[in-house]
Amino acid sequence: MSAHQGRSSPPESSRARWTVRVVGITAAVATAATVWLALWVTPPDVTQGDLVRLVYLHPGVAWVALYLAFGLAAGASLLYLWPRTRSLFWDRLAAAAVEVGVVFNVCTLVSGSIWGKPTWGVWWAWDARLTSTAVLLVLFLGYLALRRVPAEPEVRARRSAFLALFAAVDVPIVHFSVLWWRTLHQGATVLNPDLTPTIHGSMAWTLLLGFVALTLVFVWMLLVRYRIGVLEDRLGTGELDMALRQRQAEGAPDDEDEAA
Amino acid sequence: MWRDTVLVAGKDLRIEARSRVGLSQVVPFGVVALVLFAFALGPERAPMAKGAPGLFWVAVLFCTVLAVQRSVAVESVDGARDGLRLSGLDPAGLFLGKAAAVAAQLVVLEVVLGAGAVLLYGARIEVPWLIVTSGLLGAIGLAATGTLYGALSAGLRVRETLLPFLLLPIAAPVLLAGTRIWQAAMAGGVPSDGTQWLRLLVVFDAVYVALGVVVFGPLHESA
Repeated sequence: MSAHQGRSSPPESSRARWTVRVVGITAAVATAATVWLALWVTPPDVTQGDLVRLVYLHPGVAWVALYLAFGLAAGASLLYLWPRTRSLFWDRLAAAAVEVGVVFNVCTLVSGSIWGKPTWGVWWAWDARLTSTAVLLVLFLGYLALRRVPAEPEVRARRSAFLALFAAVDVPIVHFSVLWWRTLHQGATVLNPDLTPTIHGSMAWTLLLGFVALTLVFVWMLLVRYRIGVLEDRLGTGELDMALRQRQAEGAPDDEDEAA
Repeated sequence: MWRDTVLVAGKDLRIEARSRVGLSQVVPFGVVALVLFAFALGPERAPMAKGAPGLFWVAVLFCTVLAVQRSVAVESVDGARDGLRLSGLDPAGLFLGKAAAVAAQLVVLEVVLGAGAVLLYGARIEVPWLIVTSGLLGAIGLAATGTLYGALSAGLRVRETLLPFLLLPIAAPVLLAGTRIWQAAMAGGVPSDGTQWLRLLVVFDAVYVALGVVVFGPLHESA
């Protein structure tokens, strides 16, 4: 038990740890309730049958992946680039949002694909939303690839924030270009321009709860990933300190070596 | 700023004119790509003529990666990047100059590849001005994004493998718009579909040129 190990205790206060736990438990409860409502309480659809149950999952993960994670990553990167708000907090937040966003993005594509096969007859269609989602996934993966390049935390943060900025301004252009290119996806059900849901009763509530549950899951994963990010950076500098100390020990006088 | 732009663009183009890397390596690579596409789509001319717009732009995109790599590589030896930083040139001018040099090379490349698409694939162009405008706008957009990403990846040891992965998805709107404009130009008739896509290209160019002018200073300093 060296002093080094003692120093790497979790960085946050007990209140922060408590918050993570509460968010995690709430997310688990909300998810369980959504699953119960989606699979047992709500009725099957007139035309789509049990397939409609995917609607409680798919728009929720898509909302997290396409708006929440992306918006958070772009906003946090901008705040990092802005000199007055520059802090590694924003960098780690953006990185965590992208990484969790990738998970949700893949879930969006997979759940959409599972729904698309029986409905459209194909696993994949070159529809506007599908294509935008796939492009966003590739942009996210590029961001993570750049982050994997070894560098000082500040250098990496700056580089990643610039990349996020370049990619973020591309997203609306990609969106419109593929929208003109082709569109097949059905319009938004709940967040349509009139804000009047086109589904009713238990289905609407389950859908809404699904959004809340998945958002909570996202926030929980984000917090946990952020904490891992802090620990990773600490480990990076800690390892350097340790290596330096070892080298210094090598150069120490001989009598110490003999004593050891 | 404009004086610096001309200086930097002149320097890069002079290097290209003397080393002929672009003419002897990048343009031939584009032609090879065109020939390979022809092999992939089979000897019949109909599918090739139909695919000509997309194949042309995919070839241009691949060559853009090479041109940008080259544009970064000329600064990476002999401490040239530090020299540029110390030269007191306006960063915006530096960005515009580097991008203009890449754009000029891309225009030459597009002329060659466009001729190749017409000759090899039998693409019939009914509305030439659409092709010319889209070629110029596409070259500007690709050069601007390429220069930004080039500066971003300049100091990285994994630049060669990372740059295409980062740059090509960003350039997807150029490919989409360019292909649609070519299709409109080949179909003839009312080019209204084409002009809509031209507007998209203009927006793309404006966004990335403006972004480059604003952020190239800090980006170049930190690379």
